[in-house]
Amino acid sequence: MFDRNQITLARMQPGHSGIVVQIQGGHGLVNRLSALGIMPGKRITKISSMLMRGPVTIEVDRVRVAIGHGMANKIIVKLD
Amino acid sequence: MKILLMGNPNVGKSVIFSRLTGVHVIASNYPGTTISYTQGFMKLGEETDEVIDVPGTYTLEPTSEAEEIALQLLNTGDIVINVVNAVNLERNLYLTLQLLERGIPVVVALNLWDDTKHRGIHIDLDKLRELLGVPVIPTVAVTGQGIKELVENIPKAASPDIPVRSRDERWAIIGSIIDQVQHITHRHHTWLERLEDASVKPLTGGIIALAVLASAFLVVRFIGESLIGYVLDPLFNNLWAPVVLKLSNLMGGGGFLHDIVAGKLANGEVNFVESFGLLSSGLYVPLAMVLPYIISFYLVLGLLEDIGYLPRLAVLMDTIMHRLGLHGYSIIPTLLGLGCNVPAILATRILESKRERFIAATLISIGVPCAALQAMIFGLVGQHGGQYVAIVYGTLFVAWIILGIILNHVVKGFSPELLIEIPPYRLPPWRTVLQKLWMRTYGFLVEAIPIILGAVVAINILYFFGVFDAIASFTAPVVSGLLGLPKEAVTALVIGFLRKDVALGMLAPLALSAEQLVVGSVVLAMFFPCIATFVVLLRELGIVNMLKSAGIMISAALITGGILNLIL
Repeated sequence: MFDRNQITLARMQPGHSGIVVQIQGGHGLVNRLSALGIMPGKRITKISSMLMRGPVTIEVDRVRVAIGHGMANKIIVKLD
Repeated sequence: MKILLMGNPNVGKSVIFSRLTGVHVIASNYPGTTISYTQGFMKLGEETDEVIDVPGTYTLEPTSEAEEIALQLLNTGDIVINVVNAVNLERNLYLTLQLLERGIPVVVALNLWDDTKHRGIHIDLDKLRELLGVPVIPTVAVTGQGIKELVENIPKAASPDIPVRSRDERWAIIGSIIDQVQHITHRHHTWLERLEDASVKPLTGGIIALAVLASAFLVVRFIGESLIGYVLDPLFNNLWAPVVLKLSNLMGGGGFLHDIVAGKLANGEVNFVESFGLLSSGLYVPLAMVLPYIISFYLVLGLLEDIGYLPRLAVLMDTIMHRLGLHGYSIIPTLLGLGCNVPAILATRILESKRERFIAATLISIGVPCAALQAMIFGLVGQHGGQYVAIVYGTLFVAWIILGIILNHVVKGFSPELLIEIPPYRLPPWRTVLQKLWMRTYGFLVEAIPIILGAVVAINILYFFGVFDAIASFTAPVVSGLLGLPKEAVTALVIGFLRKDVALGMLAPLALSAEQLVVGSVVLAMFFPCIATFVVLLRELGIVNMLKSAGIMISAALITGGILNLIL
């Protein structure tokens, strides 16, 4: 957690990429995210985030997924 | 034999479905739910087989109602055509493995195969067939490539004997399959991908959304008006009016029965909007005033859906919708409501919580006028000038926002977060677009015409027995005092329960001022859902929440109407 290269998806800059290291959530969240291909070890690129704590859009395996801000806060990414 | 088409959402399942089946398809509701699936038939050798387009699902461990239905449908099938997105093999294989574990015979259609080439993805098909142990057919559903081979391979569907595994084990196996069959070379982003990304960025996305919605609106109006002006009005005025007149002469030109069948004549002419006979208004209102807009609206909405724009709108609207107690995805039922409130309320099923469904359904019933009502608003209020139409829309929009904010604070709970896949833009084949348009238009016709004809008869009878006069004098203080409408308008408001478009048409002969028409339209739109919407609301929300919702509607309509009456 104290690795300075690790950051939540919500705080990542659009255009940056990294590897998902951890999902800080319950079984339900982990399941829903993994169904969409988002799980530890996956490389993702942040495409955009909406203003005022709006959803975050990422690319994972050539597919784009929009994730609510709260969930994006629970996804920890190790930046390249 | 029952063949199931299964796969993740947005993999082109429905396009494959329409390729396999003929034009004769049926949209069915799963018993006891409102999740719909499409059913069709295909010839396979000598026999005719049933094909079912199962709702898209990521896993067989259901996380939503649609996925639960998918699972239940799976239990009834004999063979699965597993449609897989070739561009995103890894994630799609999760469902494939789960299907294989169940022991049902599977054929894999590796769809969007053409996309792999310009995306620099190389897939070793033979190796994939060997590792999965089932036929794998590359397809491009949009052009029809590979469909013939797919059909030929249906009898070769296989069910290799593999054990049931845990989630982590499946992902590990998928990882090793991908390592062996997939090879990706680097390539640059295409302009289409840049456009895709631009539509989910705050600034460019907002501009694109405004442009898309404005042009959608213009196209809907243009097609609708052209159909009315060049096709339906000439048909009714030149061909149908003489028939009705002749019939009217035969029936003696007046009397109770005459008025029900042919309607009241105005100066010896048929007035299709005001005469209120079965063969005059009863046919003209649904077919010539409303149907053209239904067709044009569903055509444009279907295109936006199939191109893949709507999820982007959901992302853009998410922040605003959260203020109304909803999340971005509820923009889709809301847009559907601009066509007809019934499918819109059904579509609120895609929302996760009861609270969201209540808020979304209530807001749609109050603030989202259906195409039928809008056609009448443009027809009647529009005669007095576009600014009055703008006041009606502006008022409904403001009421929708304010009510949403209030409901978000009053109704207990919180709104869940958005989590959706954003599909790439695709050009849908006309065949799929038209098939969907036909299913929706047909749905409107069988739903609306009997109710409209019934309403016309009911109005004539109630009118004859003086029932409306009694209700009118009873409610006159509210209608005249608060809303500033003549007491005859009460009849229209009561009829609004049956059909809002018909009801607004009843205001036409009353010679109302533009301001009164604005108040009348707004109150009609807000105060109570039409009977079809009412039934769906009752079924979706249950009686207690339906009553709450109705209470909110009536108070909101009276308050808004009263305020409008004061300031106009």
